[in-house]
Amino acid sequence: MSVRIDGVVLPLAPFALEVTAELSARATAITGPSGAGKTSLLEVIAGLRKPTRGAVAIHERVVFDREQRIDVPARARRVGYVPQDDALFPHLSVRRNILYSGATMSIEDVVAVLEIEPLLERGVKHLSGGERKRVALARALLSRPEVLLLDEPLAGVDPDLRRRVLDYLVRVRDEFPIPIVYVTHDDEEAAHICDEALLLERGRVVRRVSL
Amino acid sequence: MTSEIIFLTLRTAAVATLVIVPPGLAVAWLLARRSWRGKSLVETLVALPLVMPPVATGLILLQLFGRRGPIGGWLHSLGIDVVFTTKAVILAMAVMSFPLLVRAARVAFEEVNPRLEQIARTLGASDTRVFVTITLPLAARGIVSGMLLAFARALGEFGATILVAGNIPGETSTLSLSIYNLVQLGRDDEAFQLLAVSVVIAFGAVWLAEMTLRKTAAKP
Repeated sequence: MSVRIDGVVLPLAPFALEVTAELSARATAITGPSGAGKTSLLEVIAGLRKPTRGAVAIHERVVFDREQRIDVPARARRVGYVPQDDALFPHLSVRRNILYSGATMSIEDVVAVLEIEPLLERGVKHLSGGERKRVALARALLSRPEVLLLDEPLAGVDPDLRRRVLDYLVRVRDEFPIPIVYVTHDDEEAAHICDEALLLERGRVVRRVSL
Repeated sequence: MTSEIIFLTLRTAAVATLVIVPPGLAVAWLLARRSWRGKSLVETLVALPLVMPPVATGLILLQLFGRRGPIGGWLHSLGIDVVFTTKAVILAMAVMSFPLLVRAARVAFEEVNPRLEQIARTLGASDTRVFVTITLPLAARGIVSGMLLAFARALGEFGATILVAGNIPGETSTLSLSIYNLVQLGRDDEAFQLLAVSVVIAFGAVWLAEMTLRKTAAKP
Protein backbone atom coordinates (compact mmCIF):
# COMPACT_ATOMS: atom_id res chain seq x y z
CA MET A 1 0.00 0.00 0.00
CA SER A 2 1.55 3.30 -0.96
CA VAL A 3 -0.36 6.00 0.88
CA ARG A 4 -2.80 5.57 3.74
CA ILE A 5 -4.90 8.52 4.83
CA ASP A 6 -6.72 7.86 8.03
CA GLY A 7 -9.42 10.20 9.31
CA VAL A 8 -7.64 13.32 8.12
CA VAL A 9 -9.47 16.56 8.82
CA LEU A 10 -8.28 19.87 7.43
CA PRO A 11 -10.54 22.92 7.68
CA LEU A 12 -10.86 24.72 4.36
CA ALA A 13 -13.26 27.55 3.65
CA PRO A 14 -16.20 26.92 3.30
CA PHE A 15 -15.97 23.21 4.20
CA ALA A 16 -13.44 20.81 5.67
CA LEU A 17 -11.36 18.20 3.96
CA GLU A 18 -12.34 14.91 5.62
CA VAL A 19 -10.68 11.92 4.04
CA THR A 20 -10.01 8.31 4.84
CA ALA A 21 -8.52 6.44 1.91
CA GLU A 22 -5.96 3.91 0.85
CA LEU A 23 -4.12 4.77 -2.32
CA SER A 24 -2.61 1.47 -3.28
CA ALA A 25 -2.82 1.40 -7.06
CA ARG A 26 0.20 1.97 -9.27
CA ALA A 27 -1.45 5.27 -10.17
CA THR A 28 -4.45 6.68 -8.35
CA ALA A 29 -6.41 9.60 -9.68
CA ILE A 30 -7.97 12.16 -7.38
CA THR A 31 -10.72 13.72 -9.46
CA GLY A 32 -13.46 16.20 -8.76
CA PRO A 33 -14.54 19.75 -9.46
CA SER A 34 -12.34 22.78 -8.77
CA GLY A 35 -12.20 23.68 -5.12
CA ALA A 36 -13.07 20.15 -3.93
CA GLY A 37 -9.86 19.97 -1.91
CA LYS A 38 -7.74 17.89 -4.31
CA THR A 39 -4.61 20.06 -4.06
CA SER A 40 -5.02 20.37 -0.30
CA LEU A 41 -5.01 16.59 -0.04
CA LEU A 42 -1.70 16.43 -1.92
CA GLU A 43 -0.30 19.14 0.35
CA VAL A 44 -1.32 17.13 3.40
CA ILE A 45 0.53 14.09 2.06
CA ALA A 46 3.57 16.24 1.19
CA GLY A 47 3.69 17.79 4.65
CA LEU A 48 2.95 21.31 3.46
CA ARG A 49 -0.33 21.50 5.37
CA LYS A 50 -1.06 20.29 8.83
CA PRO A 51 -4.40 18.51 9.40
CA THR A 52 -6.21 19.12 12.67
CA ARG A 53 -6.93 15.40 13.00
CA GLY A 54 -5.93 12.07 11.55
CA ALA A 55 -2.88 10.27 10.30
CA VAL A 56 -0.94 9.80 7.08
CA ALA A 57 1.41 6.95 6.22
CA ILE A 58 3.59 6.46 3.17
CA HIS A 59 4.55 2.82 2.57
CA GLU A 60 3.62 1.96 6.15
CA ARG A 61 5.89 4.72 7.47
CA VAL A 62 3.77 7.07 9.56
CA VAL A 63 4.61 10.61 8.47
CA PHE A 64 1.80 12.32 10.35
CA ASP A 65 -0.26 11.32 13.34
CA ARG A 66 -2.01 14.06 15.22
CA GLU A 67 -2.68 11.96 18.30
CA GLN A 68 0.81 10.58 18.58
CA ARG A 69 2.27 13.98 17.69
CA ILE A 70 4.18 12.63 14.75
CA ASP A 71 4.82 15.19 12.05
CA VAL A 72 7.68 14.34 9.72
CA PRO A 73 8.74 17.60 8.03
CA ALA A 74 8.26 17.97 4.28
CA ARG A 75 11.99 17.64 3.67
CA ALA A 76 12.07 14.15 5.16
CA ARG A 77 8.83 12.73 3.69
CA ARG A 78 10.40 11.64 0.41
CA VAL A 79 7.55 12.72 -1.80
CA GLY A 80 8.07 13.97 -5.33
CA TYR A 81 5.58 16.80 -5.50
CA VAL A 82 4.97 18.44 -8.87
CA PRO A 83 2.62 21.37 -8.27
CA GLN A 84 0.30 22.75 -10.89
CA ASP A 85 2.51 25.77 -11.57
CA ASP A 86 5.69 23.60 -11.85
CA ALA A 87 7.48 25.88 -9.34
CA LEU A 88 10.78 25.57 -11.20
CA PHE A 89 13.47 27.67 -9.54
CA PRO A 90 13.68 30.65 -11.94
CA HIS A 91 17.25 31.60 -11.07
CA LEU A 92 18.73 28.17 -11.74
CA SER A 93 19.48 26.28 -14.94
CA VAL A 94 17.53 23.14 -15.83
CA ARG A 95 20.46 21.02 -14.67
CA ARG A 96 20.69 22.76 -11.30
CA ASN A 97 16.92 22.52 -10.91
CA ILE A 98 16.82 18.78 -11.41
CA LEU A 99 19.89 18.27 -9.21
CA TYR A 100 18.51 20.43 -6.39
CA SER A 101 17.68 17.45 -4.18
CA GLY A 102 21.37 16.55 -4.27
CA ALA A 103 20.57 13.08 -5.55
CA THR A 104 23.64 10.99 -6.05
CA MET A 105 21.93 8.62 -8.45
CA SER A 106 22.70 8.92 -12.12
CA ILE A 107 20.46 11.39 -13.89
CA GLU A 108 20.77 9.60 -17.22
CA ASP A 109 17.71 7.36 -16.93
CA VAL A 110 15.42 10.17 -15.97
CA VAL A 111 16.90 12.54 -18.54
CA ALA A 112 16.51 9.90 -21.24
CA VAL A 113 12.93 8.94 -20.42
CA LEU A 114 11.80 12.57 -20.31
CA GLU A 115 14.05 13.61 -23.23
CA ILE A 116 15.42 16.70 -21.54
CA GLU A 117 19.09 16.26 -22.46
CA PRO A 118 19.05 19.25 -24.88
CA LEU A 119 17.52 21.47 -22.20
CA LEU A 120 19.99 20.86 -19.41
CA GLU A 121 22.10 23.99 -19.75
CA ARG A 122 19.18 26.32 -20.43
CA GLY A 123 17.67 28.76 -17.98
CA VAL A 124 14.15 27.71 -17.04
CA LYS A 125 12.72 31.02 -18.26
CA HIS A 126 13.35 29.91 -21.81
CA LEU A 127 11.34 26.70 -21.60
CA SER A 128 7.94 26.04 -23.18
CA GLY A 129 5.01 24.81 -21.08
CA GLY A 130 5.55 21.16 -22.00
CA GLU A 131 9.28 21.40 -21.34
CA ARG A 132 8.65 22.93 -17.94
CA LYS A 133 6.40 19.99 -16.99
CA ARG A 134 9.07 17.48 -17.99
CA VAL A 135 11.77 19.33 -16.03
CA ALA A 136 9.53 19.52 -12.96
CA LEU A 137 8.86 15.77 -13.27
CA ALA A 138 12.59 15.06 -13.62
CA ARG A 139 13.37 17.16 -10.55
CA ALA A 140 10.77 15.28 -8.50
CA LEU A 141 11.93 11.86 -9.76
CA LEU A 142 15.59 12.59 -8.98
CA SER A 143 14.80 13.23 -5.33
CA ARG A 144 14.20 9.46 -5.16
CA PRO A 145 10.65 9.80 -3.86
CA GLU A 146 8.58 7.00 -2.42
CA VAL A 147 5.48 8.47 -4.00
CA LEU A 148 4.94 10.95 -6.83
CA LEU A 149 2.30 13.61 -6.26
CA LEU A 150 1.24 15.21 -9.54
CA ASP A 151 -1.13 18.15 -9.43
CA GLU A 152 -2.92 18.65 -12.75
CA PRO A 153 0.21 18.05 -14.83
CA LEU A 154 -1.65 18.95 -18.02
CA ALA A 155 -3.14 22.21 -16.78
CA GLY A 156 -1.93 25.12 -18.85
CA VAL A 157 -0.36 22.84 -21.45
CA ASP A 158 -1.16 23.61 -25.07
CA PRO A 159 -3.88 21.21 -26.40
CA ASP A 160 -1.48 19.98 -29.10
CA LEU A 161 1.10 19.18 -26.46
CA ARG A 162 -1.23 17.43 -24.01
CA ARG A 163 -0.93 14.15 -25.86
CA ARG A 164 2.85 14.28 -25.76
CA VAL A 165 3.07 15.18 -22.08
CA LEU A 166 0.56 12.41 -21.37
CA ASP A 167 2.86 9.97 -23.18
CA TYR A 168 5.76 11.11 -21.00
CA LEU A 169 3.64 10.56 -17.90
CA VAL A 170 2.83 7.03 -19.04
CA ARG A 171 6.52 6.40 -19.60
CA VAL A 172 7.34 7.69 -16.10
CA ARG A 173 4.65 5.39 -14.68
CA ASP A 174 6.01 2.38 -16.57
CA GLU A 175 9.75 3.00 -16.22
CA PHE A 176 10.01 3.94 -12.56
CA PRO A 177 8.46 1.83 -9.81
CA ILE A 178 7.07 4.77 -7.90
CA PRO A 179 3.36 4.95 -7.09
CA ILE A 180 1.62 8.02 -8.44
CA VAL A 181 -1.15 10.13 -6.95
CA TYR A 182 -2.58 12.10 -9.83
CA VAL A 183 -4.87 15.08 -9.32
CA THR A 184 -7.01 16.03 -12.30
CA HIS A 185 -10.50 17.17 -13.12
CA ASP A 186 -10.41 15.40 -16.48
CA ASP A 187 -11.86 11.86 -16.40
CA GLU A 188 -10.35 10.90 -19.73
CA GLU A 189 -6.89 11.89 -18.56
CA ALA A 190 -7.41 9.94 -15.32
CA ALA A 191 -8.47 6.84 -17.27
CA HIS A 192 -5.40 7.10 -19.49
CA ILE A 193 -2.88 7.12 -16.64
CA CYS A 194 -4.52 5.65 -13.57
CA ASP A 195 -5.86 2.29 -12.40
CA GLU A 196 -8.15 3.72 -9.84
CA ALA A 197 -9.91 7.02 -9.17
CA LEU A 198 -11.27 8.70 -6.08
CA LEU A 199 -13.92 11.31 -6.69
CA LEU A 200 -13.63 14.17 -4.24
CA GLU A 201 -16.50 16.57 -3.65
CA ARG A 202 -16.51 19.31 -1.04
CA GLY A 203 -13.63 17.70 0.80
CA ARG A 204 -15.04 14.16 0.92
CA VAL A 205 -14.44 11.04 -1.10
CA VAL A 206 -17.83 10.35 -2.63
CA ARG A 207 -16.92 7.53 -5.00
CA ARG A 208 -14.11 5.15 -5.71
CA VAL A 209 -13.86 3.50 -9.13
CA SER A 210 -11.49 1.12 -10.88
CA LEU A 211 -10.46 2.34 -14.32
CA MET B 1 40.37 68.40 4.27
CA THR B 2 37.51 67.93 1.81
CA SER B 3 38.68 64.47 0.81
CA GLU B 4 39.01 63.58 4.48
CA ILE B 5 35.37 64.57 5.08
CA ILE B 6 34.19 62.65 2.02
CA PHE B 7 36.16 59.58 3.00
CA LEU B 8 34.90 59.67 6.60
CA THR B 9 31.30 59.99 5.38
CA LEU B 10 31.58 57.19 2.83
CA ARG B 11 33.34 54.93 5.30
CA THR B 12 30.89 55.45 8.17
CA ALA B 13 27.86 55.16 5.87
CA ALA B 14 29.23 51.95 4.36
CA VAL B 15 29.98 50.42 7.76
CA ALA B 16 26.55 51.46 9.07
CA THR B 17 24.89 49.82 6.06
CA LEU B 18 26.86 46.59 6.45
CA VAL B 19 26.20 46.47 10.19
CA ILE B 20 22.42 46.61 9.75
CA VAL B 21 22.28 43.93 7.03
CA PRO B 22 22.21 40.83 9.29
CA PRO B 23 19.62 42.14 11.80
CA GLY B 24 17.74 43.95 9.02
CA LEU B 25 17.36 40.79 6.94
CA ALA B 26 16.38 38.77 9.99
CA VAL B 27 13.65 41.25 10.99
CA ALA B 28 12.47 41.63 7.38
CA TRP B 29 12.22 37.87 6.94
CA LEU B 30 10.32 37.44 10.20
CA LEU B 31 7.90 40.20 9.18
CA ALA B 32 7.46 38.75 5.69
CA ARG B 33 7.20 35.05 6.44
CA ARG B 34 6.03 34.49 10.00
CA SER B 35 3.13 35.64 12.10
CA TRP B 36 3.79 36.05 15.79
CA ARG B 37 2.59 37.91 18.82
CA GLY B 38 3.89 41.45 19.00
CA LYS B 39 4.55 41.60 15.26
CA SER B 40 2.70 44.89 14.81
CA LEU B 41 4.63 46.33 17.75
CA VAL B 42 7.95 45.44 16.13
CA GLU B 43 6.71 46.81 12.79
CA THR B 44 5.92 50.11 14.46
CA LEU B 45 9.19 50.24 16.38
CA VAL B 46 11.16 49.58 13.22
CA ALA B 47 9.35 52.36 11.36
CA LEU B 48 9.71 54.85 14.20
CA PRO B 49 13.03 56.45 13.13
CA LEU B 50 11.41 57.27 9.77
CA VAL B 51 8.76 59.49 11.33
CA MET B 52 10.32 60.75 14.56
CA PRO B 53 12.38 63.95 14.51
CA PRO B 54 15.97 62.73 13.95
CA VAL B 55 17.09 64.95 16.84
CA ALA B 56 14.71 63.08 19.14
CA THR B 57 16.16 59.77 17.99
CA GLY B 58 19.61 61.23 18.65
CA LEU B 59 18.57 62.20 22.15
CA ILE B 60 17.31 58.68 22.85
CA LEU B 61 20.61 57.26 21.60
CA LEU B 62 22.50 59.74 23.74
CA GLN B 63 20.55 58.63 26.81
CA LEU B 64 21.08 54.93 26.03
CA PHE B 65 24.71 55.11 24.96
CA GLY B 66 26.02 57.90 27.22
CA ARG B 67 28.45 56.79 29.91
CA ARG B 68 25.66 56.78 32.47
CA GLY B 69 23.17 55.21 30.10
CA PRO B 70 22.14 51.55 30.40
CA ILE B 71 24.04 50.42 27.30
CA GLY B 72 26.79 53.06 27.35
CA GLY B 73 27.59 52.36 31.01
CA TRP B 74 28.03 48.69 30.32
CA LEU B 75 30.17 49.36 27.25
CA HIS B 76 32.26 51.86 29.25
CA SER B 77 33.00 49.17 31.82
CA LEU B 78 34.38 47.13 28.92
CA GLY B 79 36.54 50.07 27.90
CA ILE B 80 34.38 51.08 24.93
CA ASP B 81 33.10 54.63 24.61
CA VAL B 82 30.62 55.38 21.88
CA VAL B 83 29.25 58.88 22.33
CA PHE B 84 31.16 61.66 20.51
CA THR B 85 33.30 59.21 18.55
CA THR B 86 33.14 57.85 15.01
CA LYS B 87 31.26 54.86 16.46
CA ALA B 88 28.43 57.21 17.41
CA VAL B 89 28.26 58.45 13.82
CA ILE B 90 27.89 54.86 12.66
CA LEU B 91 25.32 54.17 15.37
CA ALA B 92 23.18 57.16 14.39
CA MET B 93 23.42 56.31 10.70
CA ALA B 94 22.57 52.66 11.36
CA VAL B 95 19.48 53.45 13.42
CA MET B 96 18.20 56.00 10.92
CA SER B 97 18.80 53.75 7.89
CA PHE B 98 17.49 50.54 9.45
CA PRO B 99 13.81 51.11 8.54
CA LEU B 100 14.63 51.68 4.88
CA LEU B 101 16.56 48.45 4.63
CA VAL B 102 13.90 46.45 6.50
CA ARG B 103 11.10 47.82 4.31
CA ALA B 104 12.89 47.06 1.07
CA ALA B 105 14.02 43.60 2.20
CA ARG B 106 10.57 42.75 3.52
CA VAL B 107 8.95 43.57 0.18
CA ALA B 108 11.68 41.60 -1.58
CA PHE B 109 11.05 38.53 0.63
CA GLU B 110 7.29 38.85 0.20
CA GLU B 111 7.70 38.81 -3.56
CA VAL B 112 9.45 35.44 -3.48
CA ASN B 113 6.81 32.83 -4.29
CA PRO B 114 6.41 30.71 -1.12
CA ARG B 115 5.60 27.79 -3.41
CA LEU B 116 9.24 27.68 -4.47
CA GLU B 117 10.36 27.43 -0.86
CA GLN B 118 7.83 24.68 -0.17
CA ILE B 119 8.94 22.66 -3.17
CA ALA B 120 12.57 23.08 -2.14
CA ARG B 121 11.61 21.55 1.23
CA THR B 122 9.89 18.57 -0.40
CA LEU B 123 13.17 18.05 -2.29
CA GLY B 124 14.92 17.56 1.05
CA ALA B 125 16.30 21.05 1.73
CA SER B 126 16.61 22.32 5.31
CA ASP B 127 15.21 25.74 6.22
CA THR B 128 18.72 27.23 6.10
CA ARG B 129 19.40 25.75 2.68
CA VAL B 130 16.03 26.99 1.39
CA PHE B 131 16.88 30.49 2.62
CA VAL B 132 20.39 30.54 1.17
CA THR B 133 19.65 28.87 -2.17
CA ILE B 134 16.11 30.05 -2.96
CA THR B 135 14.85 32.97 -0.86
CA LEU B 136 18.02 35.05 -0.71
CA PRO B 137 19.01 34.85 -4.40
CA LEU B 138 15.45 35.62 -5.51
CA ALA B 139 15.20 38.58 -3.12
CA ALA B 140 18.75 39.78 -3.82
CA ARG B 141 17.90 42.69 -6.08
CA GLY B 142 15.38 44.12 -3.66
CA ILE B 143 17.82 43.71 -0.80
CA VAL B 144 20.68 45.38 -2.68
CA SER B 145 18.35 48.21 -3.65
CA GLY B 146 17.38 48.56 0.03
CA MET B 147 21.06 48.61 1.01
CA LEU B 148 21.74 51.41 -1.45
CA LEU B 149 18.80 53.42 -0.10
CA ALA B 150 20.01 52.81 3.46
CA PHE B 151 23.49 53.92 2.41
CA ALA B 152 22.09 57.08 0.80
CA ARG B 153 20.07 57.82 3.93
CA ALA B 154 23.17 57.31 6.09
CA LEU B 155 25.20 59.72 3.94
CA GLY B 156 22.79 62.54 4.67
CA GLU B 157 22.25 61.80 8.36
CA PHE B 158 22.39 64.98 10.43
CA GLY B 159 19.96 65.36 13.33
CA ALA B 160 20.69 62.20 15.27
CA THR B 161 24.40 62.37 14.51
CA ILE B 162 24.93 65.88 15.83
CA LEU B 163 23.38 64.95 19.17
CA VAL B 164 25.07 61.64 19.76
CA ALA B 165 28.38 62.25 17.96
CA GLY B 166 28.85 66.00 18.04
CA ASN B 167 30.71 67.77 15.27
CA ILE B 168 34.38 66.91 15.73
CA PRO B 169 36.54 67.55 12.63
CA GLY B 170 38.22 64.40 11.39
CA GLU B 171 36.25 62.20 13.72
CA THR B 172 32.52 62.87 13.52
CA SER B 173 32.19 65.72 11.01
CA THR B 174 30.49 64.06 8.07
CA LEU B 175 29.47 65.85 4.88
CA SER B 176 26.18 67.16 6.24
CA LEU B 177 27.68 68.26 9.55
CA SER B 178 30.56 69.97 7.74
CA ILE B 179 28.20 71.80 5.40
CA TYR B 180 26.25 73.08 8.38
CA ASN B 181 29.48 74.15 10.08
CA LEU B 182 30.83 75.96 7.03
CA VAL B 183 27.56 77.84 6.49
CA GLN B 184 27.59 78.90 10.15
CA LEU B 185 31.13 80.21 9.69
CA GLY B 186 30.16 82.06 6.52
CA ARG B 187 32.48 79.94 4.37
CA ASP B 188 29.83 79.47 1.70
CA ASP B 189 32.20 78.58 -1.16
CA GLU B 190 33.51 75.56 0.70
CA ALA B 191 29.99 74.63 1.77
CA PHE B 192 28.86 74.64 -1.87
CA GLN B 193 31.77 72.38 -2.82
CA LEU B 194 30.68 69.82 -0.23
CA LEU B 195 27.07 70.30 -1.30
CA ALA B 196 28.01 69.39 -4.87
CA VAL B 197 29.81 66.27 -3.62
CA SER B 198 26.78 65.26 -1.53
CA VAL B 199 24.45 65.66 -4.48
CA VAL B 200 26.65 63.54 -6.73
CA ILE B 201 27.06 60.71 -4.20
CA ALA B 202 23.39 60.68 -3.20
CA PHE B 203 22.28 60.80 -6.82
CA GLY B 204 24.57 57.90 -7.65
CA ALA B 205 23.31 55.76 -4.77
CA VAL B 206 19.61 56.37 -5.41
CA TRP B 207 20.04 55.96 -9.16
CA LEU B 208 21.78 52.60 -8.64
CA ALA B 209 18.97 51.56 -6.28
CA GLU B 210 16.36 52.46 -8.90
CA MET B 211 18.25 50.63 -11.64
CA THR B 212 18.55 47.52 -9.50
CA LEU B 213 14.83 47.50 -8.82
CA ARG B 214 13.91 48.23 -12.42
CA LYS B 215 15.77 45.14 -13.55
CA THR B 216 13.71 43.13 -11.10
CA ALA B 217 10.50 44.57 -12.46
CA ALA B 218 11.52 43.84 -16.02
CA LYS B 219 12.02 40.16 -15.30
CA PRO B 220 9.16 38.02 -16.64
